[in-house]
Amino acid sequence: MQSEIPLHYMIVLSTLLFFIGLLGVLIRRNLITMLMGIELMLNAVNINFVAFNHYLYPHRMEGHFFALIVTAIAAAEAAVAIALIINIYRRFATVSVDDVDQLKY
Amino acid sequence: MLAASVVGFSILSVLDRRILRAAIYLLFVLVAISGLYFMMNYQFLAAVQLVLYAGGIVVLIIFSILLTSQINSRLDRPKLSHVLSGIFAAFGGIALSVTTVLQFTFKPVQAGALDVNMRTIGLHLMGTGADGYALPFEVISILLLAALVGSIFIAKKSNT
Repeated sequence: MQSEIPLHYMIVLSTLLFFIGLLGVLIRRNLITMLMGIELMLNAVNINFVAFNHYLYPHRMEGHFFALIVTAIAAAEAAVAIALIINIYRRFATVSVDDVDQLKY
Repeated sequence: MLAASVVGFSILSVLDRRILRAAIYLLFVLVAISGLYFMMNYQFLAAVQLVLYAGGIVVLIIFSILLTSQINSRLDRPKLSHVLSGIFAAFGGIALSVTTVLQFTFKPVQAGALDVNMRTIGLHLMGTGADGYALPFEVISILLLAALVGSIFIAKKSNT
C-alpha cells in the first residue's frame, strides 16, 4: 500500500531537503550550523538513492549500499569536522568563519 | 506526514537562531528520514540511520555546541546580502530541479521485489562476485580508520 506513493514525491522531497541544507550553509556563519546544513544535504542524497533503488530497481541493491557507504562517510566527516572545530575554538575562541582568517600563526 | 515533518523540521533547524534547538530539530529530521526508510522496507538502513545519525552524529554535534558556546547564546542575525543570495540560490535550484524531475517519466523495471534481510545484505557486502561490495567495504573501513586517527591527532593538544 505504501509503495503507491509516486517516485516524484520522494524526489521533490529530497530536492527540498537538499536546498534547505544549502540555504543553511549559505546564510549561517557558524561552523557547527554549516556542518548541520551539510548533514541535511547528505541525507537528501541518501533519500534519492534509496528511492530510486526502491521504485525503479527493486530487484537490485545498489542504492541501498550506496546509502550505507554515504552514511559511513558522513560519520567520518563529522568526526574530522568536529575535531577541527574544537581545535579552531581553542586557538581563536570563536567558531564563526568570518573571524577565522589566518592559516598560520 | 513524514515528508511534511522532514521539510518542516529541516526549515526550523536551518532558521532557528538558538543553536541547540537547531540541533534538536536536526535530530527530528533524521528520525523522520529513518521512518521513510522503514516505509520503503529497508529496515537495516533505517536502523543504521537511527543509530549512526540520530545516535552518533547529533550527539557529537550537541557535544561540540556545548563545548564552544553558551547554551542560551543566539546566533548573529545573518547579513541581508547572505540571506538574499542564499534564498535566491535555494529557490532557483528548487525550481530548476523540480521542473526537470516533473517532466521526466520514470520507467520502473518490472521485476519482483527483493526481500532485503540481513542475510542478503551480509552476503552482498562481503561478496566478491558480480553483486559483491567487498572492495568498497574495505575502502570505507580504511577511510574510517584514517579519519578517526586523523581527528584524534588534530584534536590533541599540540606540544610545541
